[in-house]
Amino acid sequence: MKKHLLIAACMGLLSWGAVAESLDAPAPDGRRLGGTIAQELQAEEMPKVENKDLKRERNYPEQPPTIPHKIDGYRVDTNSNKCLSCHSRSTAAKSQAPMISITHYMDRDGQPLATVSPRRYFCEQCHVPQHETPAAIPNTFKNIDQVLEGGASQP
Amino acid sequence: MWELLKSYWQILRRPSVHYSLGFLTLGGFIAGIIFWGGFNTALEVTNTEQFCTSCHEMRDNVFEEMKTTIHYSNRSGVRATCPDCHVPHNWTDKIARKMQASKEVWGKIFGTISTREKFLEKRRELAEHEWARLKANDSLECRNCHNFDYMDFTRQSKRAMEQHSTALASGEATCIDCHKGIAHELPDMSGVKGW
Repeated sequence: MKKHLLIAACMGLLSWGAVAESLDAPAPDGRRLGGTIAQELQAEEMPKVENKDLKRERNYPEQPPTIPHKIDGYRVDTNSNKCLSCHSRSTAAKSQAPMISITHYMDRDGQPLATVSPRRYFCEQCHVPQHETPAAIPNTFKNIDQVLEGGASQP
Repeated sequence: MWELLKSYWQILRRPSVHYSLGFLTLGGFIAGIIFWGGFNTALEVTNTEQFCTSCHEMRDNVFEEMKTTIHYSNRSGVRATCPDCHVPHNWTDKIARKMQASKEVWGKIFGTISTREKFLEKRRELAEHEWARLKANDSLECRNCHNFDYMDFTRQSKRAMEQHSTALASGEATCIDCHKGIAHELPDMSGVKGW
């Protein structure tokens, strides 16, 4: 009886070891390089938000323009929308900020509205500030000009 | 009642029989110091963040919201407490504000904003009081720390510089005109100028 218990205990320990190893498998190298799944790595330094107020080139004409300034503490909720206090039709003249485009004043059937369409109200769904840091994951995106220059054989 | 008042007046009018003039003047002087010191100490106690947040109305609503803002936590660790922005620092103005604030004792006793729902419903009105107060005193409480004379425009972003060097410099606008809701969440802003 005692022997059986001992064997069972040994088996238990062994299988525990196997489970522990599979739980701590090496992590896939995504945005966080190296380490294992359970391991906590040193967080990277937080980059600063670019705050130059200079328009950036768009990669394609329909791209929502990125925000060229800081938006710390800007509140966008049911009560108020800080972005619209400069970028709406009625305030753009005073602030000299670019007015949000006509598409933001249309419902989804293209019907013009008096105020910003509810589906366009949450600015940060499409428009985001940029950080002073290289892209976390490099990509091979080419805009249309580069594609035309390179010829059709390019991937 | 009238007789009673009259008898007290008689006592006050009569010269002292038992106490010397020196005792009365010195005693009065010392009692005055103690009273004045006590009054100011009590006043200062009510002028702390600890006192403000001892009520759940302030602790669970406005104080909690403030914790995420730059006036609570920032790179240099200089922070504003409730009275820094909501009570004038000058003595006479402070007393005037404190007398006004006795209405808040009434509100506390009768539970005017005792629940989150009541608070949200009243928020616009409360916010408007603060906006009006800061507009009337040219954002005095902001200026206790943010002194326009020492602002370095070259260290501000382009947009901030443009506004500060024109509208603010000419006195056309004051801090609160643009910087609403910087330390607390905003109420429904429909109809507020500039929003």
